[in-house]
Amino acid sequence: MTATLPADAKAPDERLLHASPLHRLLGRPELGSVIGAVAVFLFFAVIADSFLSSLDTVLYAASTIGIMAVPVALLMIGGEFDLSAGVLVTSAALTSTMFAYEMTANVWVGVFVSLLVTLAIGFFNGFMLIRTGLPSFIITLGTYLMLWGANIGLTKRIQGTVSTNGIDDMQGFESARVLFASSVDVGSFKLRVTILWWIGLVVLATWILLRTRWGNWIFAVGGNKDAARAVGVPVHRTKIGLYLGVAVAAWISGQHLLFSFSGVVQSAEGRGLELHYIAAAVIGGCLLTGGYGSAIGAAIGALIFGMAKQGIVYAQWDSDWFWFFLGAMLLLATILNSWVRTRAEAAR
Amino acid sequence: MTKATDGTAGDGTAGDGTADDGTAADGAAAPGGPAGGGPLVELADVSKYYGNIRALEGVSLQVHAGEITCVLGDNGAGKSTLIKIISGLHQHDSGSFRIEGRDSRLGNPREALDRGIATVYQDLAVVPLMPVWRNFFLGSEPTVGRGPLRRLDVPKMRATTRAELLRMGIDLRDVDQPIGTLSGGERQSVAIARAIYFGAKVLVLDEPTAALGVKQSGVVLKYVAAARDHGLGVVLITHNPHHAYLVGDRFILLKRGVMAGSHARPEITLDELTRQMAGGSELEQLSHELQRAKG
Repeated sequence: MTATLPADAKAPDERLLHASPLHRLLGRPELGSVIGAVAVFLFFAVIADSFLSSLDTVLYAASTIGIMAVPVALLMIGGEFDLSAGVLVTSAALTSTMFAYEMTANVWVGVFVSLLVTLAIGFFNGFMLIRTGLPSFIITLGTYLMLWGANIGLTKRIQGTVSTNGIDDMQGFESARVLFASSVDVGSFKLRVTILWWIGLVVLATWILLRTRWGNWIFAVGGNKDAARAVGVPVHRTKIGLYLGVAVAAWISGQHLLFSFSGVVQSAEGRGLELHYIAAAVIGGCLLTGGYGSAIGAAIGALIFGMAKQGIVYAQWDSDWFWFFLGAMLLLATILNSWVRTRAEAAR
Repeated sequence: MTKATDGTAGDGTAGDGTADDGTAADGAAAPGGPAGGGPLVELADVSKYYGNIRALEGVSLQVHAGEITCVLGDNGAGKSTLIKIISGLHQHDSGSFRIEGRDSRLGNPREALDRGIATVYQDLAVVPLMPVWRNFFLGSEPTVGRGPLRRLDVPKMRATTRAELLRMGIDLRDVDQPIGTLSGGERQSVAIARAIYFGAKVLVLDEPTAALGVKQSGVVLKYVAAARDHGLGVVLITHNPHHAYLVGDRFILLKRGVMAGSHARPEITLDELTRQMAGGSELEQLSHELQRAKG
């Protein structure tokens, strides 16, 4: 009942001496990826001549991964995977362009229908997860294979070939292109609109994670689902919401894909990209087991991707080395992250 | 004749059998029962079946404000089924479940919380990687602002967490540390403080001392007693008669899904309670353990 109360609760606690700013910094999930990003940047800045003058292209490459890496990171913090995220981007692009072409509709109608279809697929993933209780790895592997088949099968069936027809002469194409695939020159820097989408999503996701009830719930359902449910967190709604978030980002990415290439979309595209997103999130400090990570970390993970991808081109290496580089980055970043986290928690 | 705590205003016949109760020594003034004085939660003849398996049959218990009702039983006795019915995770199949006199059937844990029943589970009480203050408010986060600017009231959350824990006598270095870095006893205590803060009238504790050492167990039992002194009705699930007897006012014994006994504190001694739980067979060894626990 009466326990030991300190004489003065407001006085700084003498046990807090060790929590120096450095240790606070070490406790951040992004730290490993920041160190990695600086190292990769310096490396290519030194060995690749045109790297520094092409930062706009580097950022563009990073943004195409980053738009998806952010919601995928949120999903991983919430304790789940989405292996279908890569082909879902292609599905979103195919839906818009084929709907607009076949129905001779305004391109914006196709874009809107695509949003509904993509959200429905995201909902399906989340719904199957909570209904069956199976691991999300299995559920979304199923969705991945089904979408992969349906993307190619339906495109062949509807358009006769494996790619869609161009829709750049159709109504609404130009205005939609401005939103999803335009660029503005700022001095010599070519600012692509995807970079703005990327930054916007990072800010939004960080706000949600750190300052809203949903963010608290995302950490909780990933960290300890049963405890979260027991204190009244709507676990099912949170998980479905996370899959819908991935769907919205896949829709944005898909529209970018479509509007960068006049509406011509290769139906077999997108396979393997889901691993890029997951790798970016993991490099950014997300735990595979859930409950830990950040949106900013995922953005930095995507930045490392962009730098490696373009840096290897500018260094005039064989572009296949990108994969080797990426695998090495993933291992190093993960080892660094877990080392840093253990140290930080021990220091507390 | 079931009142064991001094200092609580309750239904008259306060027992005098508290002299040997080491934890209820000081009479912290606390509100007693509800205005009506009836039980906060009452189970009468409650049964639960999983298919053809009898998990619980004919169990009755009452939880009064300012009292600790202990549910004792060995593994598989039906303790967890009972706790799940009270906390809204499962629904009973027959019998009656009354909350403050009203027949109830809880659909989920949220409903139980809304009716003032908070449950602290042994292993799933908290989310280890989250800071203490986020854990404290998890599921009931206060917000400021409206529309898209609606956000967590972080300063209030931190300050309240620290103040409420201090009030329970838990002096935390840093409410930002992941709750997983606290000891098992501290985590249980945070969960208890949390339940009290959110206005729980009934606190259900699932084996709070099971994974703890002797000293840590003592700490947790102290907070359990503190919750009682705040006027809560407490249900303490345990398989340890020594811990139960330290704080309990009523004892319900479960064995293989049915009630093996129901006693008010003055009616039973620790030895008898232990003997009933063990079924007499391992009495020798248990009494030996008892000696050590007391020493």
